[in-house]
Amino acid sequence: MGAILALCGAVSQGLFRNPLADPSLIGVTGGATLGAAAAMVLGAGALPALPVLTVISFGAFAGGVAAVLLVYRLATDSTGTSVATMLLAGIAITALAGALVSLVEFYADNALLRRISLWKMGGLETGSRPEVVLALAVTAVLCVALPRHGTALNALLLGESEAAHLGIRVGRLKAVLVTWIALGVGVSVALAGTIAFVGLVVPHVVRLAIGPDHRYLLPGSALAGAILLLLADTAARLLAPPAEIPVGILTAIVGVPFFLSLLRQRARFGMVAP
Amino acid sequence: MSTLLEARHLSAGWGGCAVLSDIDLDLGAGEVLGLLGPNGAGKSTLLRAMAGDLAPLAGELVLDGRPLSAWPPQARARRVAYLPQASSLAFPFTVHEVVMLGRLPHDAGRRADDAIVAAVLAWTDTTHLAGRLYTLLSGGEQQRVQLARVLCQLMHSSPEEPLEGRLLLLDEPSAALDLRHQQLLVDTVRDLARRGCTVVLSLHDLNLLSSLADRLLVLAGGACRALDTPAALLTCEFLGELFGTELAVQPHPLKGYPLVFPLD
Repeated sequence: MGAILALCGAVSQGLFRNPLADPSLIGVTGGATLGAAAAMVLGAGALPALPVLTVISFGAFAGGVAAVLLVYRLATDSTGTSVATMLLAGIAITALAGALVSLVEFYADNALLRRISLWKMGGLETGSRPEVVLALAVTAVLCVALPRHGTALNALLLGESEAAHLGIRVGRLKAVLVTWIALGVGVSVALAGTIAFVGLVVPHVVRLAIGPDHRYLLPGSALAGAILLLLADTAARLLAPPAEIPVGILTAIVGVPFFLSLLRQRARFGMVAP
Repeated sequence: MSTLLEARHLSAGWGGCAVLSDIDLDLGAGEVLGLLGPNGAGKSTLLRAMAGDLAPLAGELVLDGRPLSAWPPQARARRVAYLPQASSLAFPFTVHEVVMLGRLPHDAGRRADDAIVAAVLAWTDTTHLAGRLYTLLSGGEQQRVQLARVLCQLMHSSPEEPLEGRLLLLDEPSAALDLRHQQLLVDTVRDLARRGCTVVLSLHDLNLLSSLADRLLVLAGGACRALDTPAALLTCEFLGELFGTELAVQPHPLKGYPLVFPLD
């Protein structure tokens, strides 16, 4: 799960040429959360034949794709894609998705409400066998599919038209990457709720350690993300036994101050303000 | 001289609105074309159209007998290298990594790539910067690194190979360069042209342009005002009218090409 989030974070940062891009900042996580919440409420009644897990995953994936397409469309005009507009649109979409999730919660009954709100905090405590298999499968697919685009992502950092001048099919590359990100984030949201800041902080730290070359950054982020989340989850289980603190709360509490200190110090590592 | 790039009644622009209209042009191997004109005349738009960034709104642009838009991206990238006016790289790559990105369209092997990168670093006087982080360089240094990246895209398998059939597009390559590096740029462009590379560049420094270009394309308001040799075009009357300011023109004391300077 950590590997998925960190990989998706590293790819988004490359794709949007912005070290601050993160699936949760550009609205993917918000959209996926809305999709999953809607699926929880509607799906159980409408499609009783399918396993609940599949319905939620599909809802999260659809929500993620819808959000990213919307944000992307809003931020793109004939002169290219504006990263600033994209981040702002992402904030707007996240706010809208948040409001709609609240609306869903408002109409949900008590049992469902508790389920949604626990799940939103992010947790890994419910590791049933099909969930683990799904997570492993998606991790494997992403770990194979994404690093293949490492060199192209490096070129993309120069700028979209520069990458095109280097012979990269930029439109196709972006479509492929956005689909993978939505898949990864969708599945991760469906299985573990929103686990904040892993996708943002991990690639950032790995980049400071080994440089921005995506051929090394992507596998490095996957590995570091997995380790970080394992540590966070262990801590979440040990801090207040027998209760288990939802791990999403823990990563946010630890991640935010860490990220803020990175923001202040990054000039020292050769990062300039985007 | 065979034609490498041909523009026929070319119009190009943004969002369906033509910035550039009805340009006709033939460029041969080894020719250096300078673009000249006031701000907003369409110089960058023409370069971006030639780089394939902008599809023609009307007319056509033909590279080596085939419409530019019909070239597969990688094949085109092996023939056309383009240096934009400004670059926005905000990630801390080393200079060597940035220049190496220019080798992406090629698969000449590690040894050829290394030889070519070493050569272009020397041509742009950036060898001593190779291990530094790009984001921490000065504006002029960054410009030379970007130039090195674009130059190493031109070569296929060796830094000394002949360059017929390649097109180098430079948008204001000297804007941030000091005098010594401007001269280095002029020498490099001349050398590439001598080896058959076709070069199109826009420069605001008329004297650099005059010393370097075989022909000048003068743009004003998106239309072609004139297309001729620097000696024929760089006259007090023509320039004064083009830029709306009084200028004097004298031949270079040693080389003979026209030098332009303001009167006041």
